[in-house]
Amino acid sequence: MRITSRWAPLAAGAALALTLSACSTSTDETAEESPDAAASQDGGVEEANTDSAEWFVQADFDEQDQQRGATFEGDEAQPYLQYLDGEMTDTSQFKSTGAKKACFANASISNPWRQTGWITMNQQLEALQESGVISEMETRDAQDDDNTQIGDIDYLITEGNCDAFIISPNSTAAMTPAVERACETGKPVVVFDRGVETDCATTFIHPIGGYAWGIDTASFLSENLEEGDKVVALRILPGVDVLETRWAAAEKIFEENGIEATDYFTGADPTEIKKIISDELAQGDVQGVWMDAGDGAVAAIEAFEDAGKDYPVMTGEDEMSFLRKWEETGLTGMAPVYSNFQWRTPLLALEKIFAGEEVPKEWVLPQTPILEDERSQFLEANDGMPDGHYAKFGGEDLTGYPEVWQERQIP
Amino acid sequence: MSTVIPGVAGAPEQRRAIPAHEGGAGQRLLRTAATPGGGVFVLVAILLAAIIWQNPSFGEPGSLIRFMGRTAPIAIAAMGQYFVIVAGEFDLSMGALVTTQVVMAGSLIGQDEGRILPVMLLMLVVGVLVGVLNGLGTTLLRVPSFIVTLGMMLALSGLVFYLTGGAASGNPVDSFRQIGRGGIEDVPVLDVIPYPFIILVVLAVGATVLMRRPFGRTLIAVGDNPDAAELAGSPVWWVKVRAFVLSSLAATVAGIILVGYAGVHPSVGRGYEFTAITAVVLGGVVLGGGRGWVLSAAAGAFALELLFTLLNFIGVESTWRDTVQGLIIIAAVALASRAWRRGRRPSRPTPEATAPHHPASGH
Repeated sequence: MRITSRWAPLAAGAALALTLSACSTSTDETAEESPDAAASQDGGVEEANTDSAEWFVQADFDEQDQQRGATFEGDEAQPYLQYLDGEMTDTSQFKSTGAKKACFANASISNPWRQTGWITMNQQLEALQESGVISEMETRDAQDDDNTQIGDIDYLITEGNCDAFIISPNSTAAMTPAVERACETGKPVVVFDRGVETDCATTFIHPIGGYAWGIDTASFLSENLEEGDKVVALRILPGVDVLETRWAAAEKIFEENGIEATDYFTGADPTEIKKIISDELAQGDVQGVWMDAGDGAVAAIEAFEDAGKDYPVMTGEDEMSFLRKWEETGLTGMAPVYSNFQWRTPLLALEKIFAGEEVPKEWVLPQTPILEDERSQFLEANDGMPDGHYAKFGGEDLTGYPEVWQERQIP
Repeated sequence: MSTVIPGVAGAPEQRRAIPAHEGGAGQRLLRTAATPGGGVFVLVAILLAAIIWQNPSFGEPGSLIRFMGRTAPIAIAAMGQYFVIVAGEFDLSMGALVTTQVVMAGSLIGQDEGRILPVMLLMLVVGVLVGVLNGLGTTLLRVPSFIVTLGMMLALSGLVFYLTGGAASGNPVDSFRQIGRGGIEDVPVLDVIPYPFIILVVLAVGATVLMRRPFGRTLIAVGDNPDAAELAGSPVWWVKVRAFVLSSLAATVAGIILVGYAGVHPSVGRGYEFTAITAVVLGGVVLGGGRGWVLSAAAGAFALELLFTLLNFIGVESTWRDTVQGLIIIAAVALASRAWRRGRRPSRPTPEATAPHHPASGH
């Protein structure tokens, strides 16, 4: 008995070692199997490194690369109404007078980007209510849940008494049938932000897209780094198209330029981000940080400060916390933009639709990163805004500016 | 090595005084290392050696002390969870409480240094309140702690969601964040001693002393056999309530450190209850109560974090972490319960020798 119990901790250690080796083995296996795994949508979600091929579509990459430099129609002072020349939807059938009820199925307001947009959207709503275009907007928040959002859309179709639908899908594939059901009502359907796999909507509003983000950011890092330098890529979560395509494009460009990039999923948790960076710094120098969204950028920068290392070359987002930290530290960086002002566009699209004006079938909004020489201009324009605010929110001409955004009361 | 103690349980007339220690220091150390509670320290050493072998720069004093600083909040949470687990209960509300405290600190302190002390006081009051509610729900209402603290977790998560909408607000003033981020600078060899590490050491000493006081002894007795403890005159409900309060206070301290270390985000503290429970189990503390040492729980937290760091260094995807954590819980519980059963009576040769009515027992 004594002998056995003396060996107990060793046995525990051995069991752990077994667990370890079992884990690393199974990871290798999964990696090898990935061509098969990638065939199923779900298989790709589990693995960080293997799913980018699944999300990478060369044609989309090329299209967005070209759109980055394209000229947009419309007034530059109103970027939320600009669009790329292309197919238009005839909306004469929807032309009617009187205030209309809009119904909005929202994926969530669980990140600062969506919260900022949601505030802007409500101020836009107020403006359209005053002008008598919209009577009211009934909103259902799916709290990041596919099933909830399907239920929300079906509820709005049957019980909502809606004149038009606005849908910000939670995920691409799962929301497609529900959006199709909304289209079948014959009422205008406006989809924005994340896409769905149907083109039945009256208009699909989105900034250029994830590839453009990935190209902008990874090219910037590659230009400012040497071949062989190390980049840590901090990604929020797998499986969302607008985020996956950002990484898919960036990974391709890093590979082409000989930049060694390692990606991690952080859930935007700053504790996790700090741990990842500290562990990476313990293994060797990190020259660059790439982020698929700016939430948590400050924690990443702080991790370099805490470890007493030089600042990395870094891409964040146009969130105020990053812009401020970027200026304060003087690091080499850029702020890619996933145009937050798109939250105004769906309601303005409804105004056009009910006036019988044609709208773009795919309404591509401009998406221009903030570079260092423009930073002070945006910091000044958004002085007094909270850290979670987005510089390109595009609501400066709406009533309530700036107090509503400064106080950040979520409607 | 050890003396056979005949008839300890059966024959009072032959009972000898039980010595405080048996065997020499070396033997005692070995014997301790062979229990799950002691084995975790061996495990920490093995994991540390493996990491340093994998990546020598991790072994530099500066890196090590920073690692210890960053692991401090989880170790503190594990010690808090220990008090509850050793009393035979669970505290699942820990992670949600950490998040609540982090969000409270962010929104109430803001950029005003004058509010640091009052808000910290308020955070401690909230911590005590949550602990008392958990404790009373478990003891007086007789709802299993699993359910009470699960309910508390949901209630607190809902509160955080209501307050934040699920997104980050601004960070509190930097001087408050120094508690979790800063340290004593320019220390020879170590370079820096992080404040969280100092807090951890102070709390570990405090917890060890507490476990040697009557409260600690009663706590273990209550966890081992609440009925016997009740019959022996221990106020079981009051002991358990205090254990829950200690757990909530540990979560509060972890929250204060995490605001500094990481900043304000509704995801800070997510999963802390399970990390803490895993750490406690890995530290050889028996689920169900009555066995285990508080410092082993803290060591369990270090073992767990070292393990994750090692997995990271050898290139295991972070998506596998949860799987590893789950397997560890199962393996550690299985091993610990067996090892404790064996390790309990190390000096008794056979069960027969101690049976009260056996002829060999000294009649």
